[in-house]
Amino acid sequence: MLLIDTEACIGCGLCEDNCPFEAIHVVDGKAVVNDSCTLCGTCVDHCEVAALAIERDEGEAIDLAAWSGIWVFAEYRGGKVAQVTNELLGVGTELAAQRGVKLAAVLLCGQSGDVPQQLIAAGADIVYIVEDPALADFSDDAYGNALEDLARKYKPEVILAGATAIARSFIPRVATSLITGLTADCTNLAIGDDGHLHQTRPAFGGNIMATIICPKHRPQMATVRPMVMKANTPDPARQGEIIVETIAPVRLQSRARVVRTVFTEGEQLNLSEADVVVAGGRGLDTREGFKLVEELAALLDGAVGASRAAVDSGWVGYPHQVGQTGKTVASKLYVACGISGAIQHVIGMKSSEIIVAINRDPKATIFDVADYGVVGDLFEILPRVIEKIKERRS
Amino acid sequence: MRIVVCIKQVPDAKDVRLDPVTNTLSREGVKSVINPYDRHAMEEGVRLKEQYGGTVTVISMGPPQAKAILSEAISCGVDDAFLVSDRAFAGSDTLATTYTLAQAIKKSGAVDLVLCGKQATDGDTAQVGPGLAARLDMPYVTCVKKINAIKDQVMRVERMMDDGYDEVEIELPALLTVVKEINVPRFPSLRGLRKAKTFDIPSYSAADIDADPAQLGLGGSPTWVVKVFPPECKGERSMIEGSLEEIADKLAGILSDSAYGA
Ligand SMILES: Cc1cc2nc3c(=O)[nH]c(=O)nc-3n(C[C@H](O)[C@H](O)[C@H](O)COP(=O)(O)OP(=O)(O)OC[C@H]3O[C@@H](n4cnc5c(N)ncnc54)[C@H](O)[C@@H]3O)c2cc1C
Ligand SMILES: Nc1ncnc2c1ncn2[C@@H]1O[C@H](COP(=O)(O)O)[C@@H](O)[C@H]1O
Repeated sequence: MLLIDTEACIGCGLCEDNCPFEAIHVVDGKAVVNDSCTLCGTCVDHCEVAALAIERDEGEAIDLAAWSGIWVFAEYRGGKVAQVTNELLGVGTELAAQRGVKLAAVLLCGQSGDVPQQLIAAGADIVYIVEDPALADFSDDAYGNALEDLARKYKPEVILAGATAIARSFIPRVATSLITGLTADCTNLAIGDDGHLHQTRPAFGGNIMATIICPKHRPQMATVRPMVMKANTPDPARQGEIIVETIAPVRLQSRARVVRTVFTEGEQLNLSEADVVVAGGRGLDTREGFKLVEELAALLDGAVGASRAAVDSGWVGYPHQVGQTGKTVASKLYVACGISGAIQHVIGMKSSEIIVAINRDPKATIFDVADYGVVGDLFEILPRVIEKIKERRS
Repeated sequence: MRIVVCIKQVPDAKDVRLDPVTNTLSREGVKSVINPYDRHAMEEGVRLKEQYGGTVTVISMGPPQAKAILSEAISCGVDDAFLVSDRAFAGSDTLATTYTLAQAIKKSGAVDLVLCGKQATDGDTAQVGPGLAARLDMPYVTCVKKINAIKDQVMRVERMMDDGYDEVEIELPALLTVVKEINVPRFPSLRGLRKAKTFDIPSYSAADIDADPAQLGLGGSPTWVVKVFPPECKGERSMIEGSLEEIADKLAGILSDSAYGA
């Protein structure tokens, strides 16, 4: 329940302004909550006179000490370890050091080959492998049961997975079966002073960030956005322990079967892994105008990105969309041309190292995340820049 | 075939803006709408019914005003709708939500197919579908972009993956979450609008669905939100100024150096 201390409340209305659900209003100089309240806590955080609080039933926690170790789900598909797995082993190394525990990778596959060694090189102290033909193709039932059974057996305190199609599909099933919390699509993870995993994620289309903990249940589970965490530099000489596990055959039976896999969109992968991204938005005006972005991208050996407005206008395909509902990129150089900087776009590119923005509106919010900004007309600037770069290189 | 579609009322995301001056969410005039993905789930339910026969029931868990989206669903061709609403549900995270929805669905009778949107645009978790399937002990497929066929209680669907798509066979009863590519939702029909006008949407409380109070709302939610804050800005940019020639020169330098190393 939301508790309102009417003595302390000064009726300033900050709670009302900040509530994402229109659930709190100032009536006769005091805050009053209605049925739309979801207890999200935004008002509590914004109240400057500490008049609001959320009352929690301080129920019994499970025996937290029985759960120890950081786990990373190693995603392996089409003969490749997903890049996000290396990134998770990177952040996992730090978390494990802070907690003074080991970092383990869990590999579910048809055949493991030298993957365990790769995972150790990337930072895993332990690799648990389950090799079974039933795990060759991804299946929610088999992957979910296998990870659940291993978690019950070894009791890790944290399980991390990439926010990929596969993990976002089966990890919620595992969390539900284990009756524990799961935070989706995290962009930051840290161990708090309380010893819990503090998981930060965007909410409301990226308009606000929320930090979430899971204080009374274990394991603490999170899916993490690709391209946000830093992978370790692989060390082929690193030593680790490989533990082969078997899962009861009934638990690997699946009520859904993959009958065919079609790989498409090679260019999509290029975008998230590109060092240089040149992106265009509505400011390019037409399909013809958008070609300037493509030309600059080609010249810089980069990939083409786009805002949703450009994709929706049909100037470029959806695989090029950067942002909340598109790809996350973390390039060395990101050039934003005619993009206003809506938070939904920014969330997908702000971790790029150098951001250059060109926009004719000096107040465009894209300049807030830019390292270099140019206020001006794209149709004058881009052609000249392209010429100049060509001159420099000849 | 009895189909249940789970729909959620969300703030119209394109209206939610961060006020750059006060750094607060400005929601002035923000409407509440059916979660966009759920429209596609509803539409797919109605299409399946038209093709294979059966009924479509939509359910929503939320505050009393969520009746509005259920009523809209009726006008778009679904047969039946009900709300699950109780103050005890406030503060539910995805675990408590799936518990509540599962109780409500079980209580409503046997189901062949449950449809959900891929994700809700307020929380963007995409966790309720898979979690609900686990609660109902049903197989499921997420991010379905096409239903190819249903035969002998086996369904063939296409699932979007990061690098392409999978064709998957799944046994009914099952749960699917759908993406926008699956269909183009229809507008309300005249007949639908008339039906919606007289359709009284029932609302069930925690007790009505035999829910265990300990698993509901804030108390039944393992995750706690401890902090909410605006996304940070970089704010140390340098602006490139001068004549067009000067700007183009400097920019060409910065771009080449950053792209190829100085
Ligand atoms: C739930 C949700 C998810 C979303 N997900 C995404 C996402 O993943 N990715 C995404 O990009 N968006 C996303 N959006 C949309 C986002 O809110 C914006 O609408 C979108 O990013 C705007 O694109 P834009 O910047 O290209 O267009 P606009 O906002 O129209 O901006 C165009 C800019 O170009 C400038 N300009 C115009 N002409 C010129 C010129 N000749 N020279 C220089 N500058 C010029 C203008 O000053 C303006 O700043 C999402 C929205 C919602 C609600
Ligand atoms: N309160 C709710 N009532 C009904 N359906 C819901 C509710 N919350 C989530 N859903 C369903 O679960 C899907 C995924 O939601 P989420 O996991 O919150 O992103 C939505 O598209 C809905 O189909």
